[in-house]
Formats: sequence, C-alpha cells, structure tokens
Amino acid sequence: MFGLDKKDTSLLIIVAIITLLAPFILNPFPEGSAMAQFNAGYPDLMQRFVIFGIFAVGFNILFGLTGYLSFGHAAFLGVGSYACVWMFKLLGYNILPGILLSLVVSGIFALGIGYVSLRRSGIYFSILTLAFAQMSFALAYSVLSNPKFNLTNGETGLQVYTDDPQVLMGPNSPTVPNLFGLEMNATYKLELGPWLFQFNAGYYFCAIVMLLVVYLAIRIFRSPFGLMLRAVKSNQQRMGYTGLNTRPYTLAAFVISGMYAGLAGGLMASMDPLAGAERMQWTASGEVVLMTILGGAGTLIGPILGAGFIKYFENIFSKINDNVLHQWFAFMPDWMENAMVFIVHPFIGKGWHLTLGLLFMLVVIFLPGGLVEGGQKLMRWIRGDRRKKKAAEKAKSTTTTEPAE
Amino acid sequence: MGILDIKDVSKRFGGLQALSDVTLSVKENSVHAIIGPNGAGKSTLLNCLVGKLIPDTGSVMFDGKSVLGRSPYEINQMGISRVFQTPEIFGDLTVLENMMIPCFASRDGAFELNALSQFMKQRDVLETAEAMLVDMNMADKRGMHAASMSRGDKRRLEIGMCLSQNPRLLLLDEPTAGMARADTNNTIDLLKEIKEKRDITIAIIEHDMHVVFSLADRITVLAQGTPLVEDDPQNIRGNPKVREAYLGESA
Repeated sequence: MFGLDKKDTSLLIIVAIITLLAPFILNPFPEGSAMAQFNAGYPDLMQRFVIFGIFAVGFNILFGLTGYLSFGHAAFLGVGSYACVWMFKLLGYNILPGILLSLVVSGIFALGIGYVSLRRSGIYFSILTLAFAQMSFALAYSVLSNPKFNLTNGETGLQVYTDDPQVLMGPNSPTVPNLFGLEMNATYKLELGPWLFQFNAGYYFCAIVMLLVVYLAIRIFRSPFGLMLRAVKSNQQRMGYTGLNTRPYTLAAFVISGMYAGLAGGLMASMDPLAGAERMQWTASGEVVLMTILGGAGTLIGPILGAGFIKYFENIFSKINDNVLHQWFAFMPDWMENAMVFIVHPFIGKGWHLTLGLLFMLVVIFLPGGLVEGGQKLMRWIRGDRRKKKAAEKAKSTTTTEPAE
Repeated sequence: MGILDIKDVSKRFGGLQALSDVTLSVKENSVHAIIGPNGAGKSTLLNCLVGKLIPDTGSVMFDGKSVLGRSPYEINQMGISRVFQTPEIFGDLTVLENMMIPCFASRDGAFELNALSQFMKQRDVLETAEAMLVDMNMADKRGMHAASMSRGDKRRLEIGMCLSQNPRLLLLDEPTAGMARADTNNTIDLLKEIKEKRDITIAIIEHDMHVVFSLADRITVLAQGTPLVEDDPQNIRGNPKVREAYLGESA
C-alpha cells in the first residue's frame, strides 16, 4: 500500500493507530487517583511528543543513514520557529504560511551550513555544525535584536503584538494560531466515569503531519537514494571508486533533515506563538542526538520512541517533588521514609537529568541498538519461549505414546 | 597507443622521489602486470591513475582523454574500475545491496535524487545485480552481511562489483595479498575466466610471481620509481637486470 511493502505498511498503520488513539493510551489512570501524575495525555505534552518525534525522525535521516553526527540541528528548529512567528506577525494567525516559510527558510539555512560543514567528516563535521548552531544562537540572542533591526527580539523571544500588521486578519479572525479557523488550542474533553480524555486540535494536526513525514522517511529509507546514504556510512572510499559523488548525497540528506527540524520548529510556534533563542542552544541539539540513539539510530520508529521517552521523563519526573515522595513512602517507619526520600531526591524534580543520564547509560551499554533493539529482543524471547514450550510438549506427547506400543 | 598511456609521470613526496619519468602504455585487451620491489612506486603510480594523487609532471591519458585533475568518481564513470589491496566493500550492507550500488551508479550516474521509489523494485538493476551474483557464484550469499564473509569471498564480491559496471580497464592492486594458497588459486582462475569471457583490459600490481606469470601477457618492472624494463613474461624471467633489481640471486 502507498508504495510500501507489507512490513512497512503494517508498521505505519500501527504508528497511525497509536498516535490517533494517544489521548486514551497516554491517560490510563483515572483523574484524581494517586497514579494520575503519570498520565501524559494532556495536549501540551502530546504535542511535544509528536513535534520532537518529527525532529528526531528527520535527524535520523542524516545520522542514522549517513552516520554524519550533526551537533547543530537545533539551529534549524529555531530558525523554523522564528520564520513561523514572523508569518503570524506579518500575515496573521493562519499556521499554513508560517509552516511553509519554516520549511523554506530552514532548507536554505541547511543548504548553506551543510555546504560548508560537509567538507569535513567525523568529529570535524560535528564541531563545524556545533559552531554554526552556536553562531545562530548568538545571532538570535543578541546580534539580530537591536532597536534598529529587531529580527528576533533577543532574550524576551519573538512574539505577536497587537500593533503588528497581520494583513490577512479580518475583524472576526481568531486571535490564536489556527488552520482556516480551526483553533490549535481547541480541546474537546471527554469524561468517562473517573477518566478524563482530552482531544486537542493542535495535537491532531501535528500527529497527521508526523504521519506524513514518517511515511516520507520510510520511502526515503527504502529508495535508491536511501541505499546510497547507507553506502556513505559504510564505505565512502568504495563509493567514490564506484563512480558515485558522495557530496551531493550527504548534502541532500542534510537539507532534508534540516527541513524536518524546521518543520518541527514551525509546528512548535504554531502550538504556542512565540520563539526564543534558547531553542537553538547546544543542549537542544544534544537532546535530539540522545533521542535518536536512545530509540535506535538508523531504525524507522526508534527516534519517535526516543523522543517520546525523553519528553515523558522530562515532564513527569521533573514534576515529582519531595511531598509526593513522602506520600509514596508513607507506609514506612519515619526514619526509613526520610532515608528513602533522601536517596531518591536527587533523581527527581530538577534532578531528572540524572535519571535520564542513568537510563541512557543503561540503554547504550546493554542495548546498543536502542529501545528498538530492546523490543526485538523481547519479541524474540517471547517467541523463543513459545517454541521451547511447543518442543517440550511435543517431546512429552511422544514419550507418553511410547508405552502404548 | 594503448588504452592507457602514461607519459613522463613524476611524483615527489618531500625528499622522496616516488616516481620519476614513468612512461608506460597498456594495450587494449591485454593483461599488463606492474611488478617491482617494495618502495618501487607501484602504488603511487596506481593512485595517480585513479585520481587519488595528482602527479607533479607528465600526463595520463585513458582512451584519448586525460584523467588528471578528475575525482575518483569521474574517472570511474570514464570506465576505470579499481580493486583494492584489502577488499573495499560496503560491509554494513547485504551482498545483493553491495552489487546493486554499482549498477545504480552505471545507470543513474554520479548523483541521482531518487527518494520515492523502492530500490528493491527497480527491476533492471535488480536483474543485473542478481545475474552478476550468479556469474560470481555468490547467489546463495545474497542476503548475507558483506562484512561477515571470508576474505576470498569479499575479494570475489569486490571484483564482481567492479565488473557489473562493464569497465574498459580493471585495475587490480595486489589482489591476492595476504591470501591462502587456495584462495590465491581461486582468484587466478576467476581472473582468467573473466579475461576469457569479456573484452576487458586488466592492469595488475602484484608481489606474487606465481600470480603474475599465470596471468600477465605483458610485464613492466618498476624499480626506484622508474620502469626498468618492459617485456613478455618469458623474457622477463631470464632478464639479468630484473634478477638483480627484484628477483634476487635465488630466482
């Protein structure tokens, strides 16, 4: 279906079902219960899941296929956000022009940065991309925000003001980002007994965009172009002596993945119409590297899993505080309760990065292929178990039939 | 005039004169061996032919066109394929994928942004690649990871990848270096078979005299960066100059 083989089609369908049913899947605990803090089915977080999923899927086209590790992809995300907010300021709150401009501007940025950075490979490439991203950050943070020429609004971040032109806005147009009138923050709440499920227009828009770009990524993975990108990772020398020019291949991959990042940035601004320089900082670039490796670099859905995993922990673990811990350990004697809270304290709240670091170490050491490899191992183990059981049953039946003879 | 004409090629690395005034002509449809002791400049010469090095002076003409200043991929597109001393293949990919890549390179050229079709559904390329695997006796290994094969098989695959592009000139850089005797003999048989089946010119750099004398119909001896003598194999064996420079007293 859609030019994909059976396996990829079923993968895409599974991803589609999960993303479309996410408001249910992510809210398994009833509202008001002790476990409700582990619910992730609220619009803000779900939007972040899919937006960072798009970011990581695009990053994986470069890193997973060609092996070129970019440490500056957040620059494209930030550029996309700025472009989108500028469209809001100039034209109005319809998100379509904003997202289109995000794609164009991030593509142009990626072409320029890629053209220079791809002259080197390995660590030098990574450092060059990092340098470009930090330069972009500096430009956005201070250089391009002076009273004479204010493109980024510096520290405050770029946002829409009431005296902005917004030439396409009519008197009755909504004053929040919308798609031809469909407001991105519109949420339909469904109460089922003690459960509360939230269906948010912005989330579903992002989810549909994500499904489209995941589909595109699968097509790229299976195409002759994707094969060449894998060949770049495997042996550039042989590629050259096989009559293939590696430079345009890597540049095309770089631009495509930069545009994915720009799209993610545009969507981010569409969900919340402001853009800040911190989106371009090197920590943001590092985060997408973590997402991709954690989920499984070079796999199709690994990056989405990684993005979901990290964003979940960021939001859930950082919300747990000492009071919550005291509740958890309330059944223990006081001295033990205090000791437990003392031990766990560094790993929660602002310390959630510590938890993330430990989890990342565990995954890299024990599952070098990321969460996807973990899933495959689990499946193999379950299947192997069943096969063993069958074999055991067979052996049993043969031994029981023997005495009958 | 041969298919490959090397004229007055010199190359200097700092204080070392690696090649000095090498003039050499490879005739079409011949197997031309270039031999010489270590440090004679064989590899430097080869690297000058494929675009990895640019000689300081001289000219290298392939089929009437200069190869100097061109990148390796452009030279390959002109019809020169190179086999490396240690097999250079795409280790992370399967054998079939390895074989498909040169087929795509021949069909689509040095770059083609074809991101929306499935490579396994490109009938023509798939058929060429499969036929080549059958030719190379590797059809049963098509799904294997190329890196997990034996050295002899990797060499076979690499030669197959080069041949799938129908090159006019095949350059072999010590194709049997580090191989066991059996693997060496297999490679010799393979190359002989290729020569019988195809209109192809082969230039071979080799250490192993057994390989050289079983394949070559023309031999150039290189010593200290200059061609010492060029002749037919039977005359090379008896040439006292060659004995002195290369084969030593025992030969």
